[in-house]
Amino acid sequence: MAEVDLIIIGAGPAGMSAAAVAARDGLQVLMLDEQPQPGGQIYRNVAQNRSKRGFLGQAYAAGADLVDALDHPHITLLTGATVWRLDKGPQVTWSRGGKSRTTSAAHVLIATGAQERPVPFPGWTLPGAMPAGAAQILMKTAGMLPEDAVLAGSGPLLYLIAAQMIDAGSPPQALIETQTYRQMLGALPHLPRALFGLPTLLKGLSLIAKIRKAAVPRYTAASGFHATTTESGNILFSFRANGRDQSLTCGLLLTHQGVIPGTHITRAAGIAHHWNAAQGVFQPQYDLWGATDQPGLHVAGDGAGIGGAEAAAAAGELAALNILCQSGRLSSDTRNQRAARARAALFRARAIRPLLDAAYPPPTDILAPSDNTIVCRCEEVSAGAIRQAIREGAQGHRQIKTSLRCGMGPCQGRMCDATLRGLLSADAPPDRPIAPPRARSPIKPIALGELAALSHPQEEPA
Amino acid sequence: MHQRTPEITIVGGGLVGLSVALGLLFSGRRVRVLDGADCDARASQGNFGLIWGQGKGANFAPYAHWTMDALAAWPGFAQQLQELSGIDVALDQSGGYEFFTDPSEMDAFKAELEQQAAHLGGRAIYEMLYGDDLRSQLKGIGPDVVGASFSPGDGHVNPLRFLRALRCSVQAMGGRVTLGATVAAIRPQLGGGFALALADGEVAFTEQVIVCAGLGAATLARDLGFITQVRPQLGELLITEKLGDRLPFLSSTIRQVDEGGVQIGGTKANAGLDDRETLPIMSKLAHHAVTVFPALADVRVVRAWGALRVMSPDGYPVYAKSGPNPGAFLVTCHSGVTLAPLHASVLAKWILNTSATPDLEAFDECRFALSHAA
Amino acid sequence: MNVASRFRTLPETGDRVQFTLDGALATAPAGVTVAAALLAHSGAWTRRTAQGAPRTAYCMMGVCFDCLVEVDGTPNTQACMTLLREGMSVRRQTGLRDLNGGHCGRG
Repeated sequence: MAEVDLIIIGAGPAGMSAAAVAARDGLQVLMLDEQPQPGGQIYRNVAQNRSKRGFLGQAYAAGADLVDALDHPHITLLTGATVWRLDKGPQVTWSRGGKSRTTSAAHVLIATGAQERPVPFPGWTLPGAMPAGAAQILMKTAGMLPEDAVLAGSGPLLYLIAAQMIDAGSPPQALIETQTYRQMLGALPHLPRALFGLPTLLKGLSLIAKIRKAAVPRYTAASGFHATTTESGNILFSFRANGRDQSLTCGLLLTHQGVIPGTHITRAAGIAHHWNAAQGVFQPQYDLWGATDQPGLHVAGDGAGIGGAEAAAAAGELAALNILCQSGRLSSDTRNQRAARARAALFRARAIRPLLDAAYPPPTDILAPSDNTIVCRCEEVSAGAIRQAIREGAQGHRQIKTSLRCGMGPCQGRMCDATLRGLLSADAPPDRPIAPPRARSPIKPIALGELAALSHPQEEPA
Repeated sequence: MHQRTPEITIVGGGLVGLSVALGLLFSGRRVRVLDGADCDARASQGNFGLIWGQGKGANFAPYAHWTMDALAAWPGFAQQLQELSGIDVALDQSGGYEFFTDPSEMDAFKAELEQQAAHLGGRAIYEMLYGDDLRSQLKGIGPDVVGASFSPGDGHVNPLRFLRALRCSVQAMGGRVTLGATVAAIRPQLGGGFALALADGEVAFTEQVIVCAGLGAATLARDLGFITQVRPQLGELLITEKLGDRLPFLSSTIRQVDEGGVQIGGTKANAGLDDRETLPIMSKLAHHAVTVFPALADVRVVRAWGALRVMSPDGYPVYAKSGPNPGAFLVTCHSGVTLAPLHASVLAKWILNTSATPDLEAFDECRFALSHAA
Repeated sequence: MNVASRFRTLPETGDRVQFTLDGALATAPAGVTVAAALLAHSGAWTRRTAQGAPRTAYCMMGVCFDCLVEVDGTPNTQACMTLLREGMSVRRQTGLRDLNGGHCGRG
């Protein structure tokens, strides 16, 4: 007997949108998010920023509506709640305030979102080097602005963050982009389709215009990133662009090469995954409603496949409608009728993706970095050591993991799995597919005492 | 290029296969090892690295002797591996504990230790430590622990480094190790020798074949007329974040690896080939750990996993020569770490049937036929 | 090395919270995470790995585990997932944690 109708893991745009739809039609919804406030990453802290930090822009501020819709008697939102295991049932095991418990549900919607694609290069572990998204989180949650920062990498998020910094009065020292003219040309065939998402396309162009207007120095076709620390603790960033070696000194080096789905919980739950070659990521397999091959488990949002906030909200709505139908609250005809709007919104939101994926691919020297680059940050394993293990016969993630400890640290491969795959496929014969690495619970570290208390509740340690 | 048919091919490149290969290489034979794929069940990647003697063979004297011989041979073996591969397997044989929270379980194990000692006529050494005696000897043991057994010869190695050291040593001795070469079938050839059909379609020929394929031995053993049926037994494990200081003990269920993380395991379940970790067992293992050593309560588990032990019908090793197919051998056990030094020395003599051949009749598979008949 | 913060904090009204960093008093706005407070305080390392490499908070969203610090005696706590509270004691970690809280500095 399920304890709740629907558990939603993740209170980002997909989760929030799904919760509102499910609750309105009578489902009891439990939302679990590990952050202190709802919003996910893209709308991080949005409800707290209503009357301040306007430089974050209108699109961000609009996320507050989704948060407001969570105020519903059928929705229980628990923040600071980390889900670490998903069993058949389905049953969710989660930790909050140092205590773990299990909750069963008729359906679980996994809407845990994405993370930045790791951007490894010599020096990426130094103080002063951070993902651009991390700086954006600091802007949203703590009103902190990058001082003397360089933005490096590729992708629309770089433009958004540059624009936000400009509007906040802290423009970047330079914008160093890795995409080549050839790649941008190669993306043009996707332009007609992208026109279905014209507002987004225009928004992107306006960001670029703002950056031009602010006269931020720009480099393109950059490669060979390399960072060292200066005597005063600044970052000396060198790279190659415009046919020459370049270098800049900065206080903060903010890098970005797109985002990738977070798939620990979906892999650990046994959901089938496949390789999305256009985006260069593993993602779960699901039908057009977000239902997976595991009974009762559904996915939506960037954790299912990268599409952005609007696509996530639409996918959340579709998943909720389908769950309502599977729960007997809606006939499939009604479900299909009500889904029409979200389907159209999803189509429009996804329309720009092929253009972006083709125009801003992660460069090969990031996917398979130089030998002296640390690949596994937790265990400090270099690309050179991994290449050596591959030469000695290691054929998959598991063998590299067991011989070098790459992926055995607390981050459980979140920062190195993508790079490991890049190194494996750089050397692998083209006909040998690389399987997604195995993920197991607990997908986030859990204290032994807390784990013990699950089966022996009266003996909780003091 | 025409390569001479290897004299001996070993199917299975885990701890058992590589140890056996090393022993044959020391005896001057030409050896090739065929190892399976990354996704095959690989017991050698999921074990604790224990070198354990206490209680072994309480009900089977030959195993008690065999285990004690292995424990005594470990220091020399570790030295050999270091010399051949340059890898230090971090051998530590300073003794091991079994902890008990149930007095009747402790009594039952004590009886087993006495039986084992009786078989060994004084070779076994162990100590039973009770309550506060134990806590004064070992600081930090929890109040619910009623006692422990201690055996000074028990210890452990770093299992992954040991695996790598074995592979490097085999290669240093001129053995060929081929990865990703899963053997699908073995066909005895008229006039002697064997054809090994690989999963990718290739066929390899060999004069003699030794099956050390763990759970993969099921069909291969049958091809050669062996009757032994191995089955998987699930053991679940937890591994924690690394600690800078050391736990003051080694136990068969709680051990700290040299990098600092604490491994907790020792469960047994029949789950077929499903090696997934389960919530009740994960919690049970955690409870065991914090009961034995309460200071572990705020140490975080960073991974849980399951590994499949390779169990013969009675749990003891099988060393069998094929009657219908001379030149084919079956070697299987679940204590591949403990027994490695003997696999890399004495067992080679048994395979080659030299004058110094040991008597391993007790481990032949005909013991299963007898119990079938009974 | 004393390295100035790599960020400037907007002058927003609101309460400030007092905490200690390695025993020394420091303040930060109420409602921020420990990681944000540390990054606002200084640009220097907040963690040294087992091999002695300097790190600071990196991803700010709980996936990288580079922001580990000791909070009120509990080692290996993710600073980016912990809200700063009045009177909190934060200590930077060098090397691996010890069994009974704290860290021995050994790698």
